[in-house]
Parts: sequence; structure tokens; C-alpha cells
Amino acid sequence: MSADEVLAQTVRQEWGRLVALLLGQFRRLDLVEDALGDAVEAAARRWPADGAPAAPAAWLLTAARRRVVDRLRAEAMAQRKEPLLVVEATRPAAAGAVMADPGGLVEDDLLRLVLLCCHPSLAPEVAAALALRLVVGVGTADIARLFLVPEPTMAARITRGKRKIVAAGIPYGVPGAEVLPDRLRTVAQVGYLAFTAGYAPGSGPDLLRADLAGAAVGLVRVTLGMRPGEPVLRALLALMLLQHARRDARVGADGSLVLLPDQDRSLWRADEVAEGLTLLSELAPGPDPLVESYRLQAVVAAAHVTAPTADATRWDLVCDAYAALERVNPSPAVRLAAAVAVAERDGPAGGLAALQGLDEALPGSHRVPAVRGELLARLGRDAEAAEALDLAVARCGNEVERAHLEARRAGLSAAGGR
Amino acid sequence: MKRYVVMVAYAPGDWESASPEQRQEYFDAHHAFERYVDEHGSRLASGALCGADTATTVGPGHGDERVVTDGPFVELAEQIGGYYDVELPDLDRAIAAARLLPATYTVEIRPVLAIEGYESA
Repeated sequence: MSADEVLAQTVRQEWGRLVALLLGQFRRLDLVEDALGDAVEAAARRWPADGAPAAPAAWLLTAARRRVVDRLRAEAMAQRKEPLLVVEATRPAAAGAVMADPGGLVEDDLLRLVLLCCHPSLAPEVAAALALRLVVGVGTADIARLFLVPEPTMAARITRGKRKIVAAGIPYGVPGAEVLPDRLRTVAQVGYLAFTAGYAPGSGPDLLRADLAGAAVGLVRVTLGMRPGEPVLRALLALMLLQHARRDARVGADGSLVLLPDQDRSLWRADEVAEGLTLLSELAPGPDPLVESYRLQAVVAAAHVTAPTADATRWDLVCDAYAALERVNPSPAVRLAAAVAVAERDGPAGGLAALQGLDEALPGSHRVPAVRGELLARLGRDAEAAEALDLAVARCGNEVERAHLEARRAGLSAAGGR
Repeated sequence: MKRYVVMVAYAPGDWESASPEQRQEYFDAHHAFERYVDEHGSRLASGALCGADTATTVGPGHGDERVVTDGPFVELAEQIGGYYDVELPDLDRAIAAARLLPATYTVEIRPVLAIEGYESA
């Protein structure tokens, strides 16, 4: 591995731990991230010339510590004091002192960091941005791209989140066993929000930001690594892996959207599929609606990724899962997805019937007319199909998706639709 | 320790229309809150406020420019009905304490700002 590769890998794997260790030692949320960023910059300059150090994470930690200490000295000279992060009084004094043992103490620090970023008193979009930045080490520009907001907006959001953490006294600690499961549910919800943001179509040509959704998978994986028994995290990771495994097949060479039936199944990540299926197989249906919602979405994703061809998809299983999901989590989006599945199982007429009432539930959405247009076209009702697709095209804000709808619409006209 | 003002809001008339048993539940909940704060920190001050219909608002401006109006800052369905000024270790403790307050309350927790260089007259 080249020095650059070592650095990239270290940042990817160790960023959260390093932030956690520095926070444990210095309790200064405002300084730690900058110091670590500076250390990474210094490494990028020096490692290619000097060669990567034998213990790259320790090198970064030492360099970042030195920078924090420099800043603290400068502040002491200027008599300026910033409020400290609240740390439990019972915190072991040795915290953050060693990097040699990556277990125990360090893991606990990382869990503190995850729980700090995903505190329920932070707005979910703020928590998600903080977690991706501080735990996973995603850059502000990329987080902005993930959530489809301008970079300065995202920078302000992250700053506001950090300020609230310090001002409101959100603790840097692990709560008791009676509260922890609930806090881990919040972590799961934050992870889910970030993950789905990566799959929400943008308004520009940036159709899929799936590589960034991968950072959300990283957040959940890291947390699950520290609390491996937590069902909500297991169900969520299963769902994420089974959906995310298809990412490479979703966008064609020309940047166009490739729908599920047309995807090259050899591009799906077999290792991630296998891991997701194993996680899913270990999850029984349960009473917890959040876990159940993730589990059922994972069941749907599993039906898709295990079908050898699109035609061989077990739509009966998909329909059953959606029907259960509608009971657990009744939302128009779920009903729309269920209608699509019903159309595949029972034919387009059944799907059209299942769309009943969704126009009112999703006013202004291009998805309802897009699905209706597709189903009408399959029934040979081309004039009505064209009308529905025109409406969908007019409403669709995403270039790549709109191109897809226009092509479908053009296909109808060519076939003598009207 | 961090200092927080815990403000409670409830629909007007909730208290007036409460039965003696319900009032006892309110008292019990406040006692539970107070015991929790005493155990983990300290109470600095507290007060139950008269209804928002008794409030007087003094607007911004210098001296006589300030307009005096009848009523609270903002007319809302729920109004601030009381407050606790407390010291607790962190927000999690403050949230845990707030959970003990009467079930009908909405509770806002505000950290108190320490203004550097300001000393009370």
C-alpha cells in the first residue's frame, strides 16, 4: 500500500475512534475535529516523503493531540475560555491515554461519541450530519451533497449541532441499561435517515448518492460492533446491506437510471447480500414496530436480491411483507410500493385498483402518475397512459428520472398511442 | 454542574378544573421532580405562574418608547405556567427530571448562559 492509501484507510477506519479519544481527553468539541483534520493534512504531506508510519492511527493521534495542546496554550495566553463538554464524573482518569489496545476503553469512547451525535435532543438531520462528520469522518461537502443542501448550509448545521451539544450539556457518556436501548433506537433512526437520503433522487443530475449512503452503513456497523445483540441495529443493517448491495447496477454507463428488472444482477455485491441474508435469517418477527419496519423492508429487499431473474421474483412474498409493513407503518409511500408489488403479482389491473386514494395522499408527487401511466400502458390503454405520464414528467424534479419517464412516454407515441 | 431553567406549559384551565385527586397527582409529580433534582443537583428557585391572561408585556425601545400591552409575548394554546431554576450534571439528568413532571405538561429545558464579564449589580 502506498502512503496515500495507508492514510485513506486509516482515516476511513479510525476517524471516529480518534475523535472519541481526543474528546475524552480534551472535552473540546470545537478544537478536536480541526486538530484531527490538520493532522491528516500533515500526514498527507509527510508520509509520501518519509514513508507511512508503522502505527498510522497513533501517529495521527499524537499529531492531533499536539495541535489541541498548542491551541489550548494559545487560548490560555489570550485568557479565553470555551465551555467544556460534559463528561461523567465517574469517567476513568486514564481515558484516552493509550492507543495500543483498540478494545475496551476505546470502544466505550466510540460509543460515547455515537450517542453524543445521535442524542434525541438534536434534530434528526443535525444528528445525522454530526454522526457522519465525527464518527465516520465524511467531509462537510459530501454530507451536503448527501442531503441535497448547499455546503454552507450544511456547515452551519454542523456548527449549530456542536454548539447545542456543549451549551445544552449533552453528556459524553454511556447511559444506564434502562435508557441505552432507547438511545440505540435513536442511533438507528439517524442511520436510516442518512441511508435513505443517499437513495432520495436529487433535483439535478446527481441521481444517486449511494456511495454516501455507504457512510450510513458504516455508522450502523460501528455501533452494532459495540452492541452486537441489539435487534434494531441488526434489522437495520440487514435492510441496508440488502438494498445497498445493488448500488453498482442502478446507474448505467451513461448515468441513466437502471430499474430493478433491467439491472445486471452480476453487479450486485454477493458478499453483502450474504451478510444481509444471514442477519435477516436470525431475526424473528417481533412486537417492536421500529425493528419490524426495518425487518420487513429487509424481507422485501431480500426477495429482490435472491431472485435469479426479475421474472423469478417472489412477488407473493413481497406483497405479504408490504401488507405487514402497512400495518406497522401505514404511510402513502408504503402503500404506493405495495401497489407496485400487487401489480407484479396480480397484473396491472390489480395494481391500478391498489393506487386508489393515493393521489390525495401524495398530492404533487410524480410517482403516483408515473406508476399509473406504466400500468395503463401495460393494459394497452395508451391514451390514458400518455396522459398520466405527461403529468408525471411535468411533476418530476429529477433529470435522470424525468428522462426515463419521457422515454417511456415517447415509446407510447411511437406505438401509435394516440 | 450545569444550570437549567425548566419551563412547564399546559393548557389554560387544566389546574382550575382539576379534581382534588388530580391536584394531588400534580403535587406528587412535582415532589418526584424536586426529589430527583435534590438527589442529582440542586434547586435554585422555582415558581408557579398566574395565568397568561394576567400577563403584561413591555415592548422594546428606550424608556417611554416601550409600549405596554395586555397579555403574554405570544398568544399560544399553551402558555408557560411555571419554572424551575436548577443545577444538574447534564441534559440527560434534566430530561430524566422533566419526565417526572405532571403528564399534561409540555416541558422546555433551557441551559442558562454564563455571560463572561457580567457581574450582577
